[in-house]
Amino acid sequence: MLDSALSAVRGLGRRVTDRIWRLGFASRFFLMTLVYSGTSFRRFFLTIREIYFTGVLSLIIILVSGLFVGMVLGLQGYDTLQRYGSSEALGILVALSLVRELGPVVAALLFASRAGSAITAEIGLMKATEQLSAMEMMAINPIARVVAPRFWAGVISMPLLAALFSAMGIFGGYLVGVQLIGVDEGSFWSQMQASVDFREDIVNGVIKSAVFGVIVSWIAVFEGYDSEPTAEGVSSATTRTVVTSSLAILAADFILTAFMFRG
Amino acid sequence: MNRMTLDLWVGFFVAIGLGALLFLALKVGNLASASTGETYVVKAKFDNIGGLKVRAPVKSAGVVVGRVADIQFDSNTYEAVVAMAIDGRFKFPRDTFAKIRTSGLLGEQYVGLAVGGDTEMFKAGDVVKKTESAMVLEDLIGQFLFSKAAEGNDKK
Repeated sequence: MLDSALSAVRGLGRRVTDRIWRLGFASRFFLMTLVYSGTSFRRFFLTIREIYFTGVLSLIIILVSGLFVGMVLGLQGYDTLQRYGSSEALGILVALSLVRELGPVVAALLFASRAGSAITAEIGLMKATEQLSAMEMMAINPIARVVAPRFWAGVISMPLLAALFSAMGIFGGYLVGVQLIGVDEGSFWSQMQASVDFREDIVNGVIKSAVFGVIVSWIAVFEGYDSEPTAEGVSSATTRTVVTSSLAILAADFILTAFMFRG
Repeated sequence: MNRMTLDLWVGFFVAIGLGALLFLALKVGNLASASTGETYVVKAKFDNIGGLKVRAPVKSAGVVVGRVADIQFDSNTYEAVVAMAIDGRFKFPRDTFAKIRTSGLLGEQYVGLAVGGDTEMFKAGDVVKKTESAMVLEDLIGQFLFSKAAEGNDKK
């Protein structure tokens, strides 16, 4: 009885210590990535190659889902707004919800599952097949050669993808609202322009997506680098990347929103 | 994939990403219509500003000519002091009337400027002499009930 209670407490303590240990290692790893990124920028084509894999190949999923999210917003928004006789405000509803929240958050969630998991799996497999150790043997720093280009590619791609998502969503809302349902085109755009502020809404959305880019890329490269060098370890690291970064995105979104939109 | 086509794709990606940002800034946001030019600040004192907020538009003849820059409370006169940043291209006479209006039934509140006939124009830091406060629904209903009650008394 006492033994089982003791072992339960011991297990809990070990798990908590383990988490804190990992958090500390993750922070040190983040700093090391920043320190060695100068070295990796001298060979910038490595980063460009990674932008191709994380950014360009995510274009299709971002554009298509942005279009559909905007179209759904157009339908749902019209349905509610026309009850209050203000269906001209559809432009405001679509643009503000996309630029402030849905654009950065949904694009980051898609990015985490599309590109983040791929980064983790790639680095994890490099570790499992001892390619990272081989680099160290050749006096090549794996953080500068493998980790930093992938990290920066994610940080650069994320704001661009979020902006594309928002732009595509607004186009989708325009398609459904103006072309399909027949909201007046002039008031759709002019009301949108009158109430979307460049500094307050658009710049804050870009800042949000840049922060999400740092979070997702950091978690992805860290989970890959820290994964157990087995097939099972790589698969569980990939799962952890998607779960942890999704939770981190939503939590960070709440904190950033609380700072940005209090007025 | 060799490096040349890869560069092309990444360049394409960055270009359309920046294009989307430009679209958001110009077509969706108000960067194009927001004047980056000179503004001058004119103050106005109101008994009650209702739901007026900082950055609310200042309109004359329905056209946006400026924005509310700041709202303060004057503890000497117990009035609200509204600072309005008005576009430097537009000059208004010194006896211009400032009223707080509501756009639509439930819309946002803005400051309307009704132009007077003075030959002298506002300078930066001037105070608007004539103001009209926001319409408060409760006060209106109260006045209406009061006048109804007064009518009832007259009939007796």
